[in-house]
Amino acid sequence: MTYSSPQTHIQGQSQADEVALEAVNLNIYYGSFLAVKDVSLKIARNKITSFIGPSGCGKSTLLRCFNRLNDLIESFHIKGQIYHENQDLYSRRVDPVLVRRRIGMVFQKPNPFPKSIYDNVAYGPRINGFKGNLDELVEQSLRQAVLWDEVKDKLKQSGAALSGGQQQRLCIARTIAVQPDVVLMDEPCAALDPISTLKIEELMNELKKQYTIVIVTHNMQQASRISDKTAFFNVQATERGGKQGYMVEFDDTVNIFTNPREVQTRDYVAGRFG
Amino acid sequence: MYLSQKSSDRRSLLNKVLTVVAGAFVVIALIPLLAVLTYVLIQGFGSLSLDLFTQLPPPPMVKGGGIANAIVGTLLMVGLASLISVPIGVGAAIFLAEFSHPIVGRWVRFATNVLNGVPSIILGVFVYGALVYTTKTFSAYAGAVALSILMLPTIIRTADEALKIVPQEIRWAALGVGAAKYQTVLMIVVPAAIPTIITGVTLAIARAAGETAPLIFTALFTQFWPNSLTQPTPSLAVLVFNFATVPFKNQQQLAWAASLILVLLVLTTSVISRFALRRKTF
Repeated sequence: MTYSSPQTHIQGQSQADEVALEAVNLNIYYGSFLAVKDVSLKIARNKITSFIGPSGCGKSTLLRCFNRLNDLIESFHIKGQIYHENQDLYSRRVDPVLVRRRIGMVFQKPNPFPKSIYDNVAYGPRINGFKGNLDELVEQSLRQAVLWDEVKDKLKQSGAALSGGQQQRLCIARTIAVQPDVVLMDEPCAALDPISTLKIEELMNELKKQYTIVIVTHNMQQASRISDKTAFFNVQATERGGKQGYMVEFDDTVNIFTNPREVQTRDYVAGRFG
Repeated sequence: MYLSQKSSDRRSLLNKVLTVVAGAFVVIALIPLLAVLTYVLIQGFGSLSLDLFTQLPPPPMVKGGGIANAIVGTLLMVGLASLISVPIGVGAAIFLAEFSHPIVGRWVRFATNVLNGVPSIILGVFVYGALVYTTKTFSAYAGAVALSILMLPTIIRTADEALKIVPQEIRWAALGVGAAKYQTVLMIVVPAAIPTIITGVTLAIARAAGETAPLIFTALFTQFWPNSLTQPTPSLAVLVFNFATVPFKNQQQLAWAASLILVLLVLTTSVISRFALRRKTF
């Protein structure tokens, strides 16, 4: 479950080692309805990639494809491929439970388990058959999530008793305790105040040394502050009256915000719509 | 002050009248409860004694005695019925809320509601045919089976609701750290729903403890201690039914005392269920 395999450091390795996730001609359907159209992109390892765009553009839907959380939705299916470590995540032989152990997720609303702070963090390692020192792992995860100092004296207390920002950092600690490869974040700061938001952003900058991070955000300043790469999604009306998301542009964050190629992107980041 | 309220205004007058009318209906609705409670309290309190809990019912015309065998019988059968219905009911609810296909779930929920609507006397007759007629004897376990069928829909429905209240995000979070479905359900969702499930179970127990019709057909009654699950077994509810209709003063007094104990039993379980609900997570 650790990812310090030597080959990733060999010079001149193929580009695959630099890519944590890759979507190829990905179409996302609900029943026969095409919700997100033809997305191809590569998520770089140990970088922060942000997805921005107006509501309904499918950025969260796309994010949830990366750890197969959409499988829970009855009518959901995809066409195209998503690769992680040269494996097609949607291949028949792939176990979605194992995918989610490698690709963790932090949600919009802080959602700690109704358990103690300790058990919140320990749950993932426990069910994954962690054999080492659990106390150590819990402490290390809480330290990484910059929560340890605030909770070290009350690990037995309920996670629900923490403030919103602390809960979200607890959720991050819970996610990284499983030692995943990629951490997906679905608007992790949407329910938080600016100070808690700042803490999470600082934390993400630390985390990217060890993990690949993909974040969906409505906050364009946030995207420009923290991310290395940015994908802009937009939404268009279909003939049948539905809304269809598609990717407009994917580039280095600097380019997206200062020198975008597409007019739509320029209008969006300038605040002219959305 | 053109904004000041005129009490003679038709609108505000109607408002007051309707509020009073609605309040009056609340009072009317509460009268039966209060009347029953006070009447049972007054009648039963006089006959309360330690003997009630230790002695057997006396033969007609004999003074004293108690209803200890009926108390034991009720506890025995309700306990046994809970042992049967709680695992089945909670298991069914877990299937409904967590695993079932929506269409299957809709039909099972409908079936549960139908079962809930079946008159308890029909359940009694059914179990009579299934267990009493075939084994040629009234028995405690036949009574327990009848009560457990009665308890099932309440348990399934409340547990189903309790599980559905647990936020979807919690399930996602568990799956997100790599939990399998069963790990999510058993270790996260069910523990979160337990206070509400306990409430449903206590409500079902309270209802079963007071049921008479299913027991008349299945456990019947005896004047003696219940000493085997395969023999007729006394219960508070059937004791009330039997003793309240005989012309002997002492038996009638015992019936009142049994009624009071039954009411107290139901009240305590309701209070316990409230208490459990105060600790609920969602």
